[in-house]
Amino acid sequence: MREISMERVNKTREEMLGVVKSDVLTHEQKVANMANLADSLLEVLDLPEGLDDLLNKGIDEQCICDLFEGHAPLRPRYIIPDYEKFMKEGSEFLQLDPPKDLLEAVNNLLIFYKHVPSVTNYPVYVGSLDKLLDPFVQDMDEEMAEKIIKMFLIHMDRTILDSFCHANIGPEPTKAGFIILKVIGQMQDAVPNLTMKVDKDLTSDELLLAGVNTALHSAKPSFANNKMFESELGKDYVIASCYNGLKLGGGSYTLCRLILGNIAKKATDVEDFINDKLPYVMDIMARYMDERIRFEVEESGFFENNFLAKEGFIHRDRFTAMFGLVGLADAVNILMEKEGKTGRFGSNKEADDLGVRIMDKIDEFNTHHNNKYCEATDNHFLLHAQVGIAQDIDVTPGTRIPIGEEPEELIDHLKVISRFHKYFPSGTGDIFPIDATVHRNPEYVMDIIKGAINQDIRYLSFYGSDSDVIRITGYLVKKSEIEKLENHENVKHDTTALGMGAKHNGHILERKVR
Amino acid sequence: MSNSLKVPVNRIIPFSSVDGPGNRTAVFLQGCGFDCKYCHNPETRNLCVACGRCVQECPTGALTLVDNKVIFDYNKCCKCDTCIKVCKHGASPRIRWMEPAEVLEEVKSNMPFIRGVTTSGGECTTYPEFLKEFFRLCKDVGLTTLIDSNGSYDFSKDRELLEVTDGVMLDVKAYDLNEHINVTGTDNKMVLQNMEYLASVDKLFEVRTVVVPGLFDYEGTIAEVSNKLSAYKTNIRYKIIAFRPNGVRQEYRNYNSPDRAELDRLAEIAKSKGIKDINII
Repeated sequence: MREISMERVNKTREEMLGVVKSDVLTHEQKVANMANLADSLLEVLDLPEGLDDLLNKGIDEQCICDLFEGHAPLRPRYIIPDYEKFMKEGSEFLQLDPPKDLLEAVNNLLIFYKHVPSVTNYPVYVGSLDKLLDPFVQDMDEEMAEKIIKMFLIHMDRTILDSFCHANIGPEPTKAGFIILKVIGQMQDAVPNLTMKVDKDLTSDELLLAGVNTALHSAKPSFANNKMFESELGKDYVIASCYNGLKLGGGSYTLCRLILGNIAKKATDVEDFINDKLPYVMDIMARYMDERIRFEVEESGFFENNFLAKEGFIHRDRFTAMFGLVGLADAVNILMEKEGKTGRFGSNKEADDLGVRIMDKIDEFNTHHNNKYCEATDNHFLLHAQVGIAQDIDVTPGTRIPIGEEPEELIDHLKVISRFHKYFPSGTGDIFPIDATVHRNPEYVMDIIKGAINQDIRYLSFYGSDSDVIRITGYLVKKSEIEKLENHENVKHDTTALGMGAKHNGHILERKVR
Repeated sequence: MSNSLKVPVNRIIPFSSVDGPGNRTAVFLQGCGFDCKYCHNPETRNLCVACGRCVQECPTGALTLVDNKVIFDYNKCCKCDTCIKVCKHGASPRIRWMEPAEVLEEVKSNMPFIRGVTTSGGECTTYPEFLKEFFRLCKDVGLTTLIDSNGSYDFSKDRELLEVTDGVMLDVKAYDLNEHINVTGTDNKMVLQNMEYLASVDKLFEVRTVVVPGLFDYEGTIAEVSNKLSAYKTNIRYKIIAFRPNGVRQEYRNYNSPDRAELDRLAEIAKSKGIKDINII
């Protein structure tokens, strides 16, 4: 481990004391912050030359961002336990037998969730809940089943204190799936996030419509293109955290992101960006990720010692890593200006074509970079359109069209995004607030989803424009909770602070209503 | 023959959630024989007479008068609607004369996100030959077809049109003859005849009444229409629409909008007469 200066130690000590005395942070948030600050004093990674200049800068200059993963990763960023196995076999470490009824099933799951680590210290994936619970609701009183599942979901919302926590349902209709949608539609909670896998051969109109109705009231589920994900990741994929496609029983070691707008600022023109500046930054970020992965696999001991690995709920060789990016629109607009052109991303074909060219370049780089610990995905990372963080100012999430510049017509918006979703097996998505009070026509949204999954569109989210719970960038937050935080009151979910940042810096309340 | 099928298209809305089931492309044709006081797109009633007033007022020079015709340059338009606000003739200079196949080409660019088309207006049945050809083309590419109509066209005499039409959404502006004349400037004999005829041949998708307090006895209209429709087996939707001042001409803008309780009361009346599918907008 490398030495660090006393000056840095003392600065960190001051920050730790600030956390202890904070009047806004809850106890859990203080503990997590203290741990991150302690971790920040470690220097164990063999960092690539040039990284410091790209990583440790303000948000208007930074080209690579490691999204608070810490200096000495003690666990993979995202962990996707095989809950089906847990339901079948129980767990020796947790001293739990396989459940025999619905009460035992939800109790076992709630216990298990408390033992699934992640970058947030809370589980980012809580299972395909319809499949996990369906066997137990078949022969029981429906009202009682609803009550138990509702309590199960409330328990999650009040104890999993971070909304980068994701459940899945579908693509097939199940009794449990309908119950889950019904009770979620009765509440407006941020946790768990929910995705419905949609497949034109497997998902019934009845299930899809129930999903749309629930989404317009409770801002979830989002809708994932099942055929697209299956063709890339296999049948055993799940959607976790924001909207990340990952392998069941695996996860992602790490996620770093390119801040494309800031890289574009350094380029003289389009060719300089494509052929010099972008490849230079991508190479350093990939080698930084390689080093993080090496430490996790070879040194941290996580995969040897954690019960999840020991009991086979996760397998090291089902993990991959996510090569993220933000600000494609920003980069395109900056480069168009440098070329003396006025077209902007999302409304001009030349600008959109440049976006495609940049994505092809990134995709090509990724398919030529190998990491021996990413066997699950052919030894390559997976591209990820990152949704942004609260501190982002003038950074547009992933490949989205900037808020305020959305095309007048939704069809034109969808045509732009259908050019970009295909690049991102580990997640991308677009969000549309819907004026549900005027429409009263959920089939309108259903038709759009059906069209989208035929058009290479991967993932869509909708929410009622008058809803309290809304989708920030990928995760959910209640507007009423943001207001509490703005008034300096404690709030239970740490993501509320991220939502407040995105409201002020990312203008997420100003999206074009459809 | 193809020339005769060109119609004046006021606008094409790529995605509409309020013109029938699911997501549909709505095609608005210019020209309507009714003159409803609460019309929210009064600029769709008549054809341009080339008086040139809008040409003078257009702030971006998108309109020019050439050979006694107003020519519209789409690329210069800033969509400020000055032209339709200053028009004294209930018309719009932003009209495109289009063939059925041309309209279909635009519609097709919205596939596969839409399940069908709805033609509206104006009064689209002013152009039945266009509708027949357009709907045939739509059917060929798998789209459903709906007509939004004021009911002035005698559907019973045009089986050919109904064969390619999946359903009609019919406005019943008022049940009483004199009230209908007061609201629209025309009588409603054909409207009521169409209502029963279309219901009897299972082509009546929806009936709509705009609720305008103070203008007519909307409660009586809703009760009478519900009574008539409940005699038919099919599940016809009754859409009860609250008056809103958006787009309405200045002189008629002062009607009040009914409140939610009043709309709910009307829905109850329709329900008590046997209407099952009621939609309040």
